[in-house]
Amino acid sequence: MHNFLFGVYPYIALTVLIVGSIARYERDPFTWKSSSSQLLRRKQLIAGSILFHVGVLTIFAGHLVGLLTPIALFDALGISHGAKQILAVAAGGIAGIMALSGGAMLLHRRLTDPRIRATSSFADTGILVILLAQLVLGVSTIFVSLQHLDGHEMTKFMAWAQGIFTLQSDAASHITDVAWIFKIHLVLGLTIFVLFPFTRLVHMLSVPVRFLWRPGYQVVRSRRQTPLPPRRATAPRPSRSNLTKPAE
Amino acid sequence: MRIRAQIGMVLNLDKCIGCHTCSVTCKNVWTSRDGVEYAWFNNVETKPGLGYPHDWENQKRWNGGWERTKSGKLQPKQGAKWRILANIFANPSLPEIDDYYEPFDFDYDHLKSAPEMQAFPTARPRSKITGERMEKITAGPNWEELLGGEFSKRSEDYNFEGIQKEIYGQYENTFMMYLPRLCEHCLNPTCAASCPSGAIYKREEDGIVLIDQEKCRGWRMCVSGCPYKKVYYNWSTGKSEKCTFCYPRIESGNPTVCSETCVGRIRYLGVMLYDADAIEQAANTENEKDLYQAQLDIFLDPNDPEVQKQAIADGVPASWVEAAKNSPVWKMAMDWKVAFPLHPEYRTLPMVWYIPPLSPIQNAAEAGQIGHDGEMPDVRSLRIPVRYLANMLTAGDEAPVVSALERMLAMRAYMRSKTIDGVINTGVAERVGLSPAMIEDMYKIMALANYEDRFVIPTTHREVVEEAYDLRGGCGFTDGNGCSGGISEASLFGGGKKKTMTLPSEAF
Repeated sequence: MHNFLFGVYPYIALTVLIVGSIARYERDPFTWKSSSSQLLRRKQLIAGSILFHVGVLTIFAGHLVGLLTPIALFDALGISHGAKQILAVAAGGIAGIMALSGGAMLLHRRLTDPRIRATSSFADTGILVILLAQLVLGVSTIFVSLQHLDGHEMTKFMAWAQGIFTLQSDAASHITDVAWIFKIHLVLGLTIFVLFPFTRLVHMLSVPVRFLWRPGYQVVRSRRQTPLPPRRATAPRPSRSNLTKPAE
Repeated sequence: MRIRAQIGMVLNLDKCIGCHTCSVTCKNVWTSRDGVEYAWFNNVETKPGLGYPHDWENQKRWNGGWERTKSGKLQPKQGAKWRILANIFANPSLPEIDDYYEPFDFDYDHLKSAPEMQAFPTARPRSKITGERMEKITAGPNWEELLGGEFSKRSEDYNFEGIQKEIYGQYENTFMMYLPRLCEHCLNPTCAASCPSGAIYKREEDGIVLIDQEKCRGWRMCVSGCPYKKVYYNWSTGKSEKCTFCYPRIESGNPTVCSETCVGRIRYLGVMLYDADAIEQAANTENEKDLYQAQLDIFLDPNDPEVQKQAIADGVPASWVEAAKNSPVWKMAMDWKVAFPLHPEYRTLPMVWYIPPLSPIQNAAEAGQIGHDGEMPDVRSLRIPVRYLANMLTAGDEAPVVSALERMLAMRAYMRSKTIDGVINTGVAERVGLSPAMIEDMYKIMALANYEDRFVIPTTHREVVEEAYDLRGGCGFTDGNGCSGGISEASLFGGGKKKTMTLPSEAF
């Protein structure tokens, strides 16, 4: 069972995550959206959404860097395992509380506001509950972690995660003796990966960073199959020769 | 210079009777669906009033449109790109649905299913969002119809800027006009500039601004970016929607549904040629009052052989150049200067223009004069204050509005003396800077307003961009994902993929 949950399930989860997301993006792009409900009720959303998103994104980045950076790199940089753990506990703790309080506001709003409740799908409410449960579990692990501050426990998870990504068949054996709360946290986390393509979480993948370097402000689309001559080839208009760059 | 063509619209407010036929036909065609019950791609407001959504013209509150920064840069009023992205978790400038109105239906079924009762059964309202009973309806799509509500509330109207408005609350001095509104299909749309996904685009061939429903992710920045509040968030699909200018009709040479069904024949559609390279400079004009003139300067004369040559070279079809010569929009905006953009100070360079309405003259004795000697009253004695119209149409510059109103009065005086007295009164024409021939043409287009004069719409040359054979038996226009064959060329689950539609690609 242990070997299945931590040796096989991660691959199932990652496969569903990747294949599911590609299939949805390709086959059903119309459903790919953030599903904002701000229009229907502003109350509780502004504070709740900002706290939740900033918190969750910080935690996500922390997990990514913390778990997947090779242990040797930390050693080379001279960061002790203990120091790394204290950093993780402090940053993760603050971000976790932010995400938890924001998520609680969002869930309260989703369950009690008549407009939001009436327009929520099962998946909308379900994924929020699961994310909150995961946050509670994650924040609770801090109390376990505080009992062994040498950072040794943490390296086990790093070895496991890196083992999974480097296709080591014995990856699961790294975490056989960790506290049960970590194990539940891991299984639920993998389950979120499985649910990812089927919920609104997909909007995370289309974070619009390209906007920042999209040229100019205008977006013009053409159906022409043969492109027009390049812009410089056209004669400048005499009266507007002092024109700067075009707006598009 | 790069010449592009756009189908523009002019609405002659002087003839609008506020019947809402445009709104209702538009609603039936486009927004009678879940999630957009509250949305009206076309609505008609009674002015003065706060309009729909509530107080939309107040950009201090909604941050729509563009602003010229202190350093002379043009950027959306809601902020530069990084600022817009920073607000992506919660948009502080997004209206709530109550700023429009909570959509409702009535329990009509109760009228026939009610048991025998002492009182006559009634159909009570029910929310279209929650499905719950609504005890009292407090807002609707046209809540201020025919000056409904107290003057103290309606007088918050932004267009009263710089007017001693108190006297207009008195019964004797009150005034009223209708303002039908739809998407302006701007030359410099803030909605498109604000869209983080790049889903909103302006079509190169006819200037129509559309939202790619497959690319929209519901970041809802367009809703707050548009100063006219004409982009609507569909709370059911999680995507934004807007007026499509009935592009399937325009492509086939037909007028939009709102224009086709307008019983007052107030709407005009025609081609305008413009210089796409001059857009940014025009929108960034320093003084707000110069924005109207700046937009006029972008438009290019289709009768100029140089312009025609360049337009063809830039890919405008010859039939479009030909149509531009007969464009009623060109005549009203450029030749006669009687049509104006709505709120040019938003710097969006809108392409739906308005002819200001004439109104009764305050003093009845003066009114008697015009009938006899063709002498015109001072337009400043008209019931609707000129400043009010100027605040709406020219960023507060009264001179162009005065000139337009005088020309419309002159047209009436000229035609009255011609048809009743049998006298050609060239004096009245010259006084407003028009020739008798121009006035005759104005009369034909603006007063008679025949179908073929109102709508000069060349068909889109789809044969150039599409293979008609592939469209045979294909999926037509649907809502949602109905016709999508997926994004990529390949088919994910095997089998050949029939390409039914050429999606437009970005052209920079």
